[in-house]
Order: sequence, then C-alpha cells, then structure tokens
Amino acid sequence: MQKFSAFALAKEALSGQKGWDRQWRDAAPKPAYEAIIVGGGGHGLGTAYYLAKKHGLRNIAVLEKGWIGGGNTGRNTTIIRSNYLFDESAALYDHAVKLWEGLSADLNYNVMFSQRGVLMLSHNVHDEQVFKRHVHANRLNGVDNEWLSPEQAKSFCPPLNIGPGMRHAVTGAALQRRAGTARHDAVAWGYARAADALGVDIIQNCEVTGIDRDASGRISGVQTSRGAIATRRLGIVAAGNTSVLMAMAGQRMPLESYPLQALVSEPIKPIFPCVVMSNTIHAYISQSDKGELVIGAGTDAYISYSQRGALHISSHTLEAICELFPMFRRMRMLRNWGGIVDVTPDRSPIIARTDVPGLYVNCGWGTGGFKATPGSADLFAYTMAKDEPHRINAPFNLERFGAGRLIDEAAAAAVAH
Amino acid sequence: MLLIPCPYCGERPEIEFSYGGEAHVVRAPANATDAEWTAFLYQRSNARGSYAERWRHAHGCGRFFNARRNTVTDFFEQTYKIGEVPA
Ligand SMILES: Cc1cc2nc3c(=O)[nH]c(=O)nc-3n(C[C@H](O)[C@H](O)[C@H](O)COP(=O)(O)OP(=O)(O)OC[C@H]3O[C@@H](n4cnc5c(N)ncnc54)[C@H](O)[C@@H]3O)c2cc1C
Ligand SMILES: [Zn+2]
Repeated sequence: MQKFSAFALAKEALSGQKGWDRQWRDAAPKPAYEAIIVGGGGHGLGTAYYLAKKHGLRNIAVLEKGWIGGGNTGRNTTIIRSNYLFDESAALYDHAVKLWEGLSADLNYNVMFSQRGVLMLSHNVHDEQVFKRHVHANRLNGVDNEWLSPEQAKSFCPPLNIGPGMRHAVTGAALQRRAGTARHDAVAWGYARAADALGVDIIQNCEVTGIDRDASGRISGVQTSRGAIATRRLGIVAAGNTSVLMAMAGQRMPLESYPLQALVSEPIKPIFPCVVMSNTIHAYISQSDKGELVIGAGTDAYISYSQRGALHISSHTLEAICELFPMFRRMRMLRNWGGIVDVTPDRSPIIARTDVPGLYVNCGWGTGGFKATPGSADLFAYTMAKDEPHRINAPFNLERFGAGRLIDEAAAAAVAH
Repeated sequence: MLLIPCPYCGERPEIEFSYGGEAHVVRAPANATDAEWTAFLYQRSNARGSYAERWRHAHGCGRFFNARRNTVTDFFEQTYKIGEVPA
C-alpha cells in the first residue's frame, strides 16, 4: 500500500498526480475463503480489516452486491455521538468514539473525523427530564455530556433561534463535545484500502443469492451472482437487507426495514459550527466541508426496500429546520435520497453468533449505526474470530428478545441517531 | 405519499392511515414456550417483495384492514377486510 503523507502529496503535486496506485484491487472471487463478509458498507469492510489485522486471518472476502459504501454508509448524515442511556449502549458507542479518535492515523486515510460537538435540543419538560437523566447516566459511565441553558446553546450555535415566537420553544440542550461527524465515503474507502493491503478480496457487483449448509447444518458456502464460493465462517452485515439474507439460512429475524431520508442544500460558506438534533420536532443538521447543509429526516411509517422516502416526511423536517434556523428559510435543497434501515424492537443492534454454526450477524443498527462503525467492526471481527462475543457486545445478542433482557434505547430516546 | 385503497372508503392519501405491521401473525397461546412468544412478539418476515400487512384508516372510517403490498415498488396488490381471505 502506497502511504499517504505530506511528502507523498508534495511529490505527486510536482509530478502531475500521475504516480498514485489503485486504492484497492478489483478482486474476482476465489473458490473458497476462510471467512466471508456479506455487505461492503463501513461495518463489513471494517470487520474484514480487523479480522486480518487483529486476528491474523488472511483469506477473507467482502461480497458487495453493488459498489462499496453504496448502502447506508454512503447515505447517512454522519452524526457520531455516544451519549446513550444504558450502560451497555454507553460502553458500545463509546468504544467506537475512542476508535474514531485514532482512525485516520490507524488507516493512513483521512476520515475527516471532526469533534465539533452535538447539541440535542429540548423543547418541553419531558425532553428536559429525559436529557438530564442522560447527562447524569453518561457522566457515571465516563461519557461526556452536559446540560446547557437556551442562551448557552445559542452561544455554542449562533444560528439557533431561541426567540419567544417559536411554536416549539428551545428550553435547553444536551451537549456532547466529543461528538461530531466524519466523512462517510472516506470511512468505506479507508477501510477498503487498508483491508486490501492486508490481502482481503473486495468483490463488488457480487450479490449473495443463497446460503449453503452441510449435513450437520454448518455453513459451507454461499451462492452468488458470480458463482458459488465456499466458506465455513460467514458474517452477514447487510443493514436493511439482513432479513432477506438470514431467510436464506432459514432464520427469522427481529427486524423491520424502513426507508430513512436525508437531504442536502446548495453549498454555502461556513456558517454552521456543530451538529444540532431535535428529536421532538424531528430534524438533524450539520454543514459538510463542501458547504452543503446536511439534513436528516424521519422514516416512513411502513416497511419498504424502495430506497426513497415520501415527500411529506422530508417536508415536515424542513419545516422544523426553518423554525429552528430562520436564516435557512430561503435556501434550496439540491438532493434528497433514502436508505433502508433495519430496526430492532428495542432500537439496539445485534452483533452476535446465531443458532447456525458458522453464521454470524451484525445488524439492527437502524437509523443510527454510522457512529458505531469502527466499534461494531472491531467487536464483530472478535466474535467471528473467536466464536464468542467480546465483553462489550455480549449483551447485544439474539437471545435477549426471548429472555426479556432488552436494551431499550427506543424507550429511552424515542428516536435514535 | 402513497394512495391507499381502504376496502370501506376507497383510495385515500397515506397520511389518513396508520400502519399496523405484518398481518396474519397468530397470537401465541397462553401456555406457549419462550421461543413461541419470541416468534410472536418480535420475529417478522420483513419480506422484500409481496408482504401482507395491517393498516388502519385512522383519520377516516377508523377501521383496520389487511393489504398485500410489494415492498420494493410500494405498489398495493390488494386490500381486504379483516376476516376475508385474500384472493
Ligand atoms: C438517511 C440516513 C441517515 C442516517 N444518519 C445517521 C447518522 O447521522 N448517524 C449514524 O450513526 N447513523 C446514521 N444512519 C444509519 C447508518 O447509515 C447505518 O446504521 C450504517 O451506515 C450501517 O452500515 P452498514 O455497513 O451496516 O450498512 P450498509 O452501508 O448499508 O452496507 C450494507 C451493504 O450490504 C449490501 N448488500 C445487501 N444485500 C446484499 C446481498 N444479498 N449480497 C451482497 N451484498 C448485499 C448492500 O448493497 C450494502 O452496501 C443513517 C441512515 C440513513 C439511511
Ligand atoms: Zn376507510
């Protein structure tokens, strides 16, 4: 792998940028692999990288039906935070934030992780009670989170409207300063490049259409649009399509897939210093380094794989944005899209072994898994390599539903991101 | 926004309806095992393609009904009253 450095940049600048290598090989499938990951999003590519780097597996493939990062990884609003309520979640998401802090150096790829702070707005007494409870729970777990008055929130984010005429007045905000954003594509590409350098085959345009099991029931391989491939260790990391893949192995999942939308505005000069979220009136906003306002809307009410959401959902969010930030009222939106998110009953993910020997699943990240990418990948690689969960992901198993040990972030936050 | 054919009122805009999730999920009996309860409460087919689901015309006639919709195209293949057998 050709290292990126100030020296390499200067050298290429002087020689017409002609000396850069391909970032990763365009691999064709081999007949068999030690481990196969289905899904070339950030979580899948990261899993392959950590399997190779930390667990010494060499013969690994990532199978992606389209192009890497073309799923939710490339469609999300990139909010990263770890101020979740329950101990299990705080440990999981903070593990990820700690990995984000060193990720660009680890991958030798600038993922543009920016700890600009995430402000979560409160609009009523209920919000205030919930957020203050989060602040206290987070502090006990060593996760930074603090309570701000409306005036303090405005000085942290000057475009914010805290004026008296608002229909949903801002009554305060919770601020996590270590939270922020990262560049979504760079996360997929950085992991792909680093995994490729460790010998991982990244195989695009390769849709998995069947899962094979031997007489004992153990995983023996997959059927794909590019032929059959053998493996005894299979990791499904397919976000909204997880139920479809798990059904190929005869497994019914506690998941429902919904379209979730986002949109971006025309680019403008730097104006917006942080990330602001309002769960109550449902809007999230930040500004990308290109200058676009990146805005997240809600999910549609019904299950769908259509990768586009309804107009009334995004209009609703834009109304909230215009009320919170009146200065954006006359801006135009450039693009609007949807991704299919896999939602669990408790809005917590599943990173686990399954009842099928050799089959592992990492899913249920729903509307908020980008933030967890490095942590999820690291823990899933551990689980696949050792055939047992790491301490941090052990509670995020499939058995919790039958056992009634839900990690109910749904009830805790009402919305997740 | 979808246009949903309520079997009682005819086609109406989606915002008049609320979603009821997968249809024909049979309630587990009181003496069901944990596995049966898990299946009833949490596991769904979440099918990609033709899907049987419940809707309620909440801001219309108020009644529940069933539908078969393609979850890739969002096209309603049919809607039918509770208790009716789909065609
Ligand atoms: C609009 C939107 C906004 C979001 N905002 C945020 C946010 O601000 N913060 C946050 O933390 N999270 C957010 N999320 C959630 C986040 O994007 C996801 O949880 C996360 O990116 C999931 O990553 P992944 O690698 O698991 O999935 P993906 O990136 O979706 O990767 C799964 C891959 O599997 C592939 N695949 C599927 N079926 C097959 C098959 N049969 N064979 C081969 N390959 C297959 C797909 O093509 C896809 O590339 C948002 C999501 C959306 C849609
Ligand atoms: Zn009706």
